[in-house]
Amino acid sequence: MTVTAQAVRRDAVKAPRRRGGGIAPPWLFAVPALLIYALVVLYPAFSGAGSAFTDWSGVGAQRSFVGLDNFQQLFHDDQALGALRNTLLLTLAIVVVQNGIGLLLALGVHTGIKSRMVLRVIFFAPVVVSPVMVSFLWKYVYNPAPDAGLNAALGAIGLGGLRQDWLGNPSIALWSVAFTVIWQCAGYSMVIFLAGLEGVPAELHESAMVDGAGTVARFRHITWPLLAPAVTINMMLSTVGGLTLFTQIIAMTNGGPGYATDTLSTVLYKQAFVFGKFGYSTAVALVLAIFVAAVSFIQIGYLRSRETAA
Amino acid sequence: MKYKPRTFVLEVVMVAVAIAFLFPVYALVTLAFKDPGQIANRPLSLPDPPSVGSFGEAWQSASLGSALLNSTLITVSSVIVLIVLGSLAAYFLARTATRLSYTLYILFLVGIILPFQLGMIPLYQMVNDLGLLGTYQGMILFYTGIQLPFTVFLYTGFIRSLPADYTNAALIDGASHLQAFAHVIFPLLRPITGTVLILNAVHIWNDFFTPLLYLGGSGRETVPVRVFAFVNEYTSNYGLVAAGLVLAALPILLLFLVLQRYVIRGFASGLKG
Repeated sequence: MTVTAQAVRRDAVKAPRRRGGGIAPPWLFAVPALLIYALVVLYPAFSGAGSAFTDWSGVGAQRSFVGLDNFQQLFHDDQALGALRNTLLLTLAIVVVQNGIGLLLALGVHTGIKSRMVLRVIFFAPVVVSPVMVSFLWKYVYNPAPDAGLNAALGAIGLGGLRQDWLGNPSIALWSVAFTVIWQCAGYSMVIFLAGLEGVPAELHESAMVDGAGTVARFRHITWPLLAPAVTINMMLSTVGGLTLFTQIIAMTNGGPGYATDTLSTVLYKQAFVFGKFGYSTAVALVLAIFVAAVSFIQIGYLRSRETAA
Repeated sequence: MKYKPRTFVLEVVMVAVAIAFLFPVYALVTLAFKDPGQIANRPLSLPDPPSVGSFGEAWQSASLGSALLNSTLITVSSVIVLIVLGSLAAYFLARTATRLSYTLYILFLVGIILPFQLGMIPLYQMVNDLGLLGTYQGMILFYTGIQLPFTVFLYTGFIRSLPADYTNAALIDGASHLQAFAHVIFPLLRPITGTVLILNAVHIWNDFFTPLLYLGGSGRETVPVRVFAFVNEYTSNYGLVAAGLVLAALPILLLFLVLQRYVIRGFASGLKG
């Protein structure tokens, strides 16, 4: 090693480390964003996690430390346990069905059909509409009257026997809400899958076709493995979206009938703003946060390893 | 790609799926054009004759004009602040490889998976204490904070893929870091800025819960909050409710139709990471 090379290396060690050989910008650039982020997200989250261990009863009220009481109450509260069960069922339905439909739609419009561009716009349009408005739209579709909305349509096509009180029947209401979310968000999954499909090289399909591979075989061995990153993103987004689902439930059923569609989000909202039990409410929120974090980490770990394997 | 019989079958299937998919929209739009008699007797047929009276009444009753102004003001301001602060912070995070910058980056990423419900009540109290309940400033501050993690994440990934030579040249020529950022880096960020703009604007425009909580009763309610109150008030008047929903969804749908290519691309590229 020559003297010059050594000098250069010593220089590199002394200079501030940086990426891509650029002159590092000052840290002041990050300060405004960091301050607002800390004020609006980090501090309230920490403070919320802290009040989960108190009996806080309202804005401005005194609070005292009660240890794990709120959590003990939560795990003996039938309404909260039902909400936990509903949250998990809803999330599972949304993750599986929304992404399944999204994938089928993406495969359908990623072909030579003439209407593919128009169909993409149609399937994606509900994504840009406010969830509140989509909820009200479906509330009309789910109208319990036999001659309105979905019931009228079922009657018109000779399936009158399937007519239901879609949001009023406790054993169906949760799935009716899930279907609304799936209708609104399937286009979102579709677009992400489409972006993934565009990254699959056409030559791979051509050479597999020459080797005699059919549509199904080519999907299993070429498209599916290469879609791994799109699957990761879709799974993560729909899982977190499902776990924290709130607006559609409040707007369509407000948790009812009874507690049939209550989720962790609606329970913590009602406990705080209806019953004034802020400490208990934040305990529910903390359980929700732990769920979201755990699921995210497991998914990142598992799906990343699947991506590298593929 | 050749148009084969199989393609035709697929085309028919996909169009049928799209028609079924649009059924709720058909039900809503036809409802808005019907008078009460038609709603009761012919729920699924086309309005005959179509009546447009519900639209004017819905526009008035839901005060949609001022709601649109409130939504626009809050969305535009928040997105501008997010773009400026997010890109500046990402520039530091992407171009500096110290322990500090790595820690800050991870800290920002945590915000992407942290459910807002956890900080909901303390934040409500803070907004109240700062006197920002019912103000535009409170909403802009909230959206900036809540959307910064995602914004910083998108910008950081993009800046890392840019070569550093351009800014180095500007800095060596005597430009300050801020000048180099404003005149060299920021223009290069245009594609990702488009994505950031679209994703944040759609989210902020459509958000319901926070404006309900922070703006309820202030006269500065956004479109989703006004529609919520309006629908709950006129529950049984289906025609009027439908007209209100059509009017409230129309601005964002029109904007989407004009920009759909960029919107769809923005969503896809923004989420591809």
